[in-house]
Amino acid sequence: MFERGAGGELELRLARDERALLAGFATELRAVLDGDPGDPSLRRLFPPAYEDEDDERGYRELTGEGLLDGRREALALLAKTTDRERLSAEEADAWLRALNDLRLVLGTRLDVQEDTFAEELRPDDPRAPALAVYGYLSWIQEQLVEALSPE
Amino acid sequence: MTSTIELEQTREADHAERDLPWIVIVWNDPINLMSYVTLVFQKLFGYSSAKATQLMLQVHNDGKAVVSSGTREKAEHDVARLHAHGLWATMRQD
Repeated sequence: MFERGAGGELELRLARDERALLAGFATELRAVLDGDPGDPSLRRLFPPAYEDEDDERGYRELTGEGLLDGRREALALLAKTTDRERLSAEEADAWLRALNDLRLVLGTRLDVQEDTFAEELRPDDPRAPALAVYGYLSWIQEQLVEALSPE
Repeated sequence: MTSTIELEQTREADHAERDLPWIVIVWNDPINLMSYVTLVFQKLFGYSSAKATQLMLQVHNDGKAVVSSGTREKAEHDVARLHAHGLWATMRQD
């Protein structure tokens, strides 16, 4: 699915509908990021650095916008490059972060816990379709991490 | 002579107390992949695969691990980079 070539490039082998799916998710999450900043499913993307409230406010003022912009850019780059045959090192890094953000938001919405996948999904579980998507994103990310990990 | 050295040491100790290093803690969460967390530690801190894996396992098994330390500015910078990668990181003065 991802094969590392010379110069840090990644060869991308994905079916057309998978590419469309990933681009759609990335665009969707960008819209969520542009929306209500109090959306509880975004909470996991912006955890507090400090226990102390004043310190935390200072941290937000210093880093909040940069962190939000970084996420927007990674998602935009993912959406823009899903139809590629090759990804540069920079694009692959954006994929890595964007896929992780997608999993964090979806996993938070689904209240994923350590043991969520311990048993086989029941088809009558109302969360089943979304959990299948989450599982798919996890699998893709696992492949990408493996391709990007140093020998 | 001895007393001079002792005095120096006391001064250093005072200085160290004022400048206590800040530590950066990564907490376990049920979403981030173990392999991803290991890769992020390697990428951000230049840790070897062995050290990054050991820290990741500590996060996974003990619920948290100290992954870096230093001045407040350095710790804040590290926390922000970990947050950019979706890890649940906090900092405090040790």
